[in-house]
Amino acid sequence: MKPAISVILLTTLIGTGQGLFLAFYSAEWFVLLGILRPPLNDYSGHAAALSVLLLALGLVASFFHLGHPERAWRAAAMWRSSWLSREVIALPAAMLLILGYVLLKLSAMDSIVLVLGESIPISISTVVGFGAVLAICALFVCTAMIYACLKFLRQWHSPLTVLNFLLMGCASGFTLASALASYSQDGRFAYFVGMAIFLTLAALIFRFATLLRNKGLRSPSSLQSAIGVHHPTIRQIAQGAMGGSFNTRAFIHSYGASVVRLARRGFLVLGFVIPLLLLQISDESSTLICSLAFALQYLGLLAERWYFFIEAEHPQNLYYQMIS
Amino acid sequence: MTQLALVIDLNTCVGCHACVTSCKEWNTSGQAGPMVDKNPYAAEPTGTFFNRVQSFEVGTFPNTQTVHFPKSCLHCEDPPCVPVCPTGASYKRPEDGIVLVDYDKCIGCEYCSWACPYGAREIDEQQKVMKKCTLCVDRLYDESLPEAERKPVCVLSCPTSARIYGDIHDPESEASKAISDAGGYQLMPEWGTAPANHYLPRRKVSIAIHEEDLQRVDNPLRKEDRGPRKPTTRTTLDDSTSW
Repeated sequence: MKPAISVILLTTLIGTGQGLFLAFYSAEWFVLLGILRPPLNDYSGHAAALSVLLLALGLVASFFHLGHPERAWRAAAMWRSSWLSREVIALPAAMLLILGYVLLKLSAMDSIVLVLGESIPISISTVVGFGAVLAICALFVCTAMIYACLKFLRQWHSPLTVLNFLLMGCASGFTLASALASYSQDGRFAYFVGMAIFLTLAALIFRFATLLRNKGLRSPSSLQSAIGVHHPTIRQIAQGAMGGSFNTRAFIHSYGASVVRLARRGFLVLGFVIPLLLLQISDESSTLICSLAFALQYLGLLAERWYFFIEAEHPQNLYYQMIS
Repeated sequence: MTQLALVIDLNTCVGCHACVTSCKEWNTSGQAGPMVDKNPYAAEPTGTFFNRVQSFEVGTFPNTQTVHFPKSCLHCEDPPCVPVCPTGASYKRPEDGIVLVDYDKCIGCEYCSWACPYGAREIDEQQKVMKKCTLCVDRLYDESLPEAERKPVCVLSCPTSARIYGDIHDPESEASKAISDAGGYQLMPEWGTAPANHYLPRRKVSIAIHEEDLQRVDNPLRKEDRGPRKPTTRTTLDDSTSW
């Protein structure tokens, strides 16, 4: 498949935004449960606002993928059958709920609605935040299933795709949360950075497992089954179009093996290995190191998503063996 | 249930592209708007086509055969492009099984083209919507056309009658008979899409005929040499009579 830049931006930006919210919302619960100490100044509203901004940027990027962005609202219609339609519903739902959380946190409207047990006060923002978490989980599944549900794109058609999207989104979100916590001199820094290391490591393991899985994949289709001629030697002499067609432009990339190899090694090092090392050496005062870790990880995840497209082999390419 | 489809005989297709040009001509002139051409007279001509003919060389020189392979939407019975469409612009008509795109609903997200293993869909660079073969649905039920012309235009234009149109769910249709009599097959059956369009395979077009196949060696007529009388050189009644 040819990488679609807008889709690469969409999936990485919303992944980070979702992970960022999960980081701060989970930290809030650990504070409520008394496991983590509360920060001196609660900036989780601002962090959640950044999360909404990332989701919004992803949404804007996705519009560049459409031929008719003005009709995008129609895309919510087929949620019974289409994962893309479900994503179109889950993304604004998550944005609205996070925005509600932000407004409650930043305004004076937030108040305690119930007390769990004896000493755990639950405010409206916590309830709305829980709704946001559900929407975020749904969004992770919908986004990944758009790719994983296409059964003849064998490199994508795997539960690993869903797991990878979830882990990589959360990893980048927690890395960004570490940078924010370090900047704000937040006592919860150790939680964020610990989780960021754990998630980045887990993401690396499963992404590497996916690379190994995909290396051994063999398509059940061949040129023989594509045209139904059962002879071992078939050579295409004409594609039916001299100047290329949508089929050659949208599905066949022209990157050489060395570029693809560089991207693969690049995303493994930039997206996972270097951030792991940087997060490992960082402490509460090393805002720069954490920011660098996030910036490199995001670049690495852009490369990862690019490679994700390159990796997928579309069976329609069998009909386009050579340009003629 | 009706499932209209094409059956394409690879044995008779000569790769003349008449189906390609007639398809383009009919469908670019229709009410759905033109099918764009980009650089039609320049170095990299390209554009929207519902149907293309590809050519393949099978075998090793000098023992080769050229297979011309017309390729269009196969109107799958279980079309993978339809459920993925987020807007419902892609749909399969229950009444005749044709898979269509509603150009007014399509948002041009290209997701259906990812979901089609055959590469049968393409985006129109001008209208920015997904387009594909409609099986000339605007001809099939048009009562202003003579009944014989209520067929896809590619079928009518094929000079070798390599394209057969009909209901493949009706065992008495010409298309169904062609499939069952000539070993019609589907493309990439491994994906379970059940394409409605079928292809008829290449067949041997020559057979060895020996003398004894034509005339039995123990033919009693020949044995007793009582064959038909040889033509005579004398004038016969036919020659001399004026009719």
